[in-house]
Amino acid sequence: MSAMHPDQVTAERLAGLRPGAAGRDVDMGLGDGTLTEDPALESPLVLGDRTFDEVTDIVCGYAENPAPRWWFIAFSIASTIAGIGTLFILYMIITGVGTWGLNNQVDWAWDITNFVFWIGIGHAGTLISAILCLLKQKWRTAVNRSAEAMTIFAVICAGIFPGIHVGRIWFAWFLFPIPNYNWIWPNFRSPLLWDVFAVSTYATVSVLFWFMGMIPDLATLRDRADLRLRKGISKPFSLELPTGHHLVIDAITPDKIRAKVYGFFSLGWRFSSRHWHRYEAAYLILAGISTPLVLSVHSIVSFDFATSILPGWHTTIFPPYFVAGAVFGGFAMVLLLLIPLRAVMPNFKDLLTQRHIENMAKIILLTGMMVGFAYGMEFFIAWYGGNEYEVFAFTNNRAKPTWLFDDGAPYWWAYWAMISCNVISPQVFWFRKLRQNPLAVWVVAFFVTIGMWFERFVIIVTGLHRSFLPGEWGMFFPTWTDIGIFVGSIGIFTTLFLLFIKFLPTFAIAELKAVMPAADPHGPGHSDPNAAHDHDAEGGH
Amino acid sequence: MSMLQTIADYFPFIPKARPKYVTESGNRVHGLIAEYATSAEAYHAAEQIRDAGYKKWDLHTPFPIHGIEEAMGIKKTILPYIVMKVGLGGAAFGFLLQYWITAIDFTGFTVQGKPYGAWEPFTMIVFELGVLHAAFASLIGMLMLNGLPRWNHPLFSSDRFLSASQGTLIIAIEANDPSFDPEATKELLEKTGGKEIEIIEDAD
Repeated sequence: MSAMHPDQVTAERLAGLRPGAAGRDVDMGLGDGTLTEDPALESPLVLGDRTFDEVTDIVCGYAENPAPRWWFIAFSIASTIAGIGTLFILYMIITGVGTWGLNNQVDWAWDITNFVFWIGIGHAGTLISAILCLLKQKWRTAVNRSAEAMTIFAVICAGIFPGIHVGRIWFAWFLFPIPNYNWIWPNFRSPLLWDVFAVSTYATVSVLFWFMGMIPDLATLRDRADLRLRKGISKPFSLELPTGHHLVIDAITPDKIRAKVYGFFSLGWRFSSRHWHRYEAAYLILAGISTPLVLSVHSIVSFDFATSILPGWHTTIFPPYFVAGAVFGGFAMVLLLLIPLRAVMPNFKDLLTQRHIENMAKIILLTGMMVGFAYGMEFFIAWYGGNEYEVFAFTNNRAKPTWLFDDGAPYWWAYWAMISCNVISPQVFWFRKLRQNPLAVWVVAFFVTIGMWFERFVIIVTGLHRSFLPGEWGMFFPTWTDIGIFVGSIGIFTTLFLLFIKFLPTFAIAELKAVMPAADPHGPGHSDPNAAHDHDAEGGH
Repeated sequence: MSMLQTIADYFPFIPKARPKYVTESGNRVHGLIAEYATSAEAYHAAEQIRDAGYKKWDLHTPFPIHGIEEAMGIKKTILPYIVMKVGLGGAAFGFLLQYWITAIDFTGFTVQGKPYGAWEPFTMIVFELGVLHAAFASLIGMLMLNGLPRWNHPLFSSDRFLSASQGTLIIAIEANDPSFDPEATKELLEKTGGKEIEIIEDAD
């Protein structure tokens, strides 16, 4: 499988065809061995009794081995959708915002819904890398790299929507602090301008964080390619065609390209302990400043609504409610992507264990309850605040089904889709069996993702479609352009993610190694007598 | 001269100091590397090399070893102070930018009759720009303090060194360390459990 390991036994182990080194796997009796309920036992973070070299081989193998067939199929579909979506965007830019279903009453609809949806998804990555890092949650090492990648791709998708929503995008520079030809500057008291700064800072800091985390792993990929070149075991470019033939181009040696490209971006990293010292300091600082940043971004996004005077938008609960919702939706997307990868990528299960999934399911349950609490609190305050417009917005514009009440809300189905997906569906995680079942977790994550889209739709469209005068009431109906651009953004996101798992280190290799028991210089169970349990739990390295 | 030498690797036209040791082929000796099997061995070896008075040496490991700073005698980095200064500078820039535009250069927006220079609406962007500058400072500051990017290094000539990025732990002692002596340093590396000791040449 891996060019670095020509011998059959190791190759089979790396392909997931053979279990770990004989007799050293610890069976803790539950699931894959990580689901112990004993708080004194620490679950192993890497399964299969792996050595450092094997962890390197597994993760680098994803980027070095030829892409499997499912990858090509998925990539073809995703990039086609992305291409069609881009054409819709082009059509919309050329023709105008009128190609969307917006009207005088509902002047924000799917565009801003999609923006808030994607930016919310983009919160999990930084949450995992920053907040869980500060809280010393070691299990984050299995998911942080892919979650950070997902964050960046989601923010890219988010950035599309406000960008094209301005209509005449050649005036998008009005967003920046540059005076126009009448010497009019942007208004710094507008939350929309705060949003520009918040989202662009967030995108930049996320990219820096992601890149810094990848420097050592890119250096690993560089060194492996370089070693293969020196040993003369590099293979020429080869592509399996759907007909079963192999297209081989002798002039292209992928390892040469790898050594150059990974080499350039790894900036000459030498794995020096003196460098690691400053690297860890920088990582901790970035985690420290990203934590308030990630909380600020969705708070500021919520100010877009909360600082207005519209009933249903003008609420002080919005910032924490949006942040909780973002964490909720972001973790759901992480699970949505990673659970299928566990099934199709060799040895993925050893690095992303059932315990990791269970932990994320618990976070979904917690944040789902927070979101549910916020939904309830909005209603309570609408009633308790005694503002009849507020009460009307929540009951007659959202909650009352038309088939039950004469003055019902035409968007009742959107509201109840949101409630059932976001509040009811995560409740299954109270049952241990269900949160330990990857398929069940995936299904809930799918519902949560849908529910979080509906949450933003409910806030935006039901907040706008009925103004203070009944004569201004209207409905929103999406056009093909609305649908095409939204589906296209899913295609763009998936395409970028597929490119990521093929060409970049999918796991934080250096961080994974650092949490393996063999990385501890004092050895498990030696320095701390209380850690004797760990020794047993971690497979006695 | 020593200041120049620190950047001589980047600029080929700067003459390098005369090498202390050369190999038979005439290349300068960069130093010695030795391989260690476990992080515990490398940790204890680092303590002994530190105590032997070496200054220009390093431990190359595929992951940061917890507590190695103490074992190697690495001083705490000044990076946090750099980041703090740049971050506060970024925040100050954010405030001045908004204040100058809103209260001095262009007083065109009267919002709810509030004073032009009111600081409250500026807080969000002050915070964001502070964070943005601090983030750049921590990445670029870390790289600069580490002397990176530096794409070429004598250590990369060794196949064994390249495996440090996978599972091997390697100690490298540079020849321009005042305590360096080909025989004595090799003995020290052997005594601390170092295997596969290798001379690194600097072919320039």
